[in-house]
Amino acid sequence: MSGDPRDELVDHLPALRAFALSLTRNGAVADDMVQDTLVKAWSKISSFEPGTNMRAWLFTILRNTYYSNRRKAGREISDAEGIFTESLSEKPAHDGRLQMADFRRAFVKLTDEQREALILVGAQGFSYEDAAETCGVAVGTIKSRVNRARARLSELLNLDEDDKLEMTDQATMAVVTGGRPAAR
Amino acid sequence: MGHTRKNDKEAEVIDENLRRVYQDMLDEKVPDRFLDLIAQLKSQDEGGNSTGGDAK
Repeated sequence: MSGDPRDELVDHLPALRAFALSLTRNGAVADDMVQDTLVKAWSKISSFEPGTNMRAWLFTILRNTYYSNRRKAGREISDAEGIFTESLSEKPAHDGRLQMADFRRAFVKLTDEQREALILVGAQGFSYEDAAETCGVAVGTIKSRVNRARARLSELLNLDEDDKLEMTDQATMAVVTGGRPAAR
Repeated sequence: MGHTRKNDKEAEVIDENLRRVYQDMLDEKVPDRFLDLIAQLKSQDEGGNSTGGDAK
């Protein structure tokens, strides 16, 4: 036996916080959400099947907590304090690449469901199947949420203007093929 | 309309930005409160009789 799966919780903390922040767009709310998730995960560990995707399991607990709170509040939690868009450090833009601040401002305008689907599939690298299971919906629903999220971002960022896209293209390819640019 | 290639390119631009935003969040230091919380949950379990006090 490989011991208590709860020993792995700590390894998932950065991803759990990133997911919580993407979903809530508010640092304080996100951290409360992570705390709730840890407590629940700790007590419900018997419902986790060893060998399955623990990160997906944790994300499920977190998002269920979030949506249940949202239902109680009767509205989406807003980025009223601008925490998501403003507080994270801004790196200088190179070439024609999109300004991260612009991207964040567009990202927070998506619906919760769209942000969640896009983060799971586009950033966290979940398969559509894992994302669907995490969100408790059909695979087709996840696909359409991801597509709609991308379409909305394109619109908000004016990516459909050809010239702008050309400008970003070179920098994008450099990153795609060569890893991240030198930091700070 | 021949938009498939263009859509691919848009998706690429979006995902690249998305990953950078996400990576920035992943790189943030995890606050001690979460490590403390895990330690506390653990010590409660080990103590059996949860006083949350001072197990090692």
